Amino acid sequence: MSADRTSAAHEHDAPQRRAPARGRNDRRAHAHASWWAFAVHRVSGVALALFLPVHFVALSSALRGDAALDGFLHFTDRPLFKLAEWLLVVLLAAHLAGGVRLLLIEFRPWSGLRKDLVAASGGVALAVGLVFALALVK
Amino acid sequence: MGDVAREAKRWYWQRISAMVLALCVLVHLATIVYAVRSGLSAEALLARTRGSVAFAAFYTVFVAACAVHVPIGLAHVGEEWLGLARRTANGLAHAFAVLLAILGMTAVYAMVAA
Repeated sequence: MSADRTSAAHEHDAPQRRAPARGRNDRRAHAHASWWAFAVHRVSGVALALFLPVHFVALSSALRGDAALDGFLHFTDRPLFKLAEWLLVVLLAAHLAGGVRLLLIEFRPWSGLRKDLVAASGGVALAVGLVFALALVK
Repeated sequence: MGDVAREAKRWYWQRISAMVLALCVLVHLATIVYAVRSGLSAEALLARTRGSVAFAAFYTVFVAACAVHVPIGLAHVGEEWLGLARRTANGLAHAFAVLLAILGMTAVYAMVAA
């Protein structure tokens, strides 16, 4: 009986003891540049993965002739699609730069937290975004 | 094959395909900017791609690397964010790999040979 009470007390106490520490550690981890690099890499990866089949189907409209592909290009020649297109290009550049960062960390000698690589990844995505934006508004 | 060996294999293919994709995406980004700058029309696009062996070869490699890389990433997301069992995540990833390969190669064929 007393053993039951002890184990019940443990089960009751354990989450209360662990939760604050876990929450604090989560918040501290999420404030770190490397966590943001991970988050951007993952979200951009999922977005690009969902976009790819749509992209392939759109290009395949050329199977039905030039007019079909032209019709699709004309349909997407609107500000909202251009904004989505720009965002996808930025996500592609961010995923590329973040991926190269991971390859460098995994395959090249390194030390410390390599926040410079996180910053460089952000810089590459920003630069590609600006170049593509200029191409869009030319 | 045990779980650890399968995981190592997944890691290996993810990185090898990433190395190929890094080069492909660089070329693709430059191509996108060039295509957008020179006007997006079916006539202009297809004039450059139709019958081009270089375009077909490059984008075949690109599609193959995507069909390897993307499903492995999605399998990780499925396990970590959706709580899928590894077996289920891998099964869905294989199906997505086949889908990407078929749709991707259809798109390459449409731009080069149709």
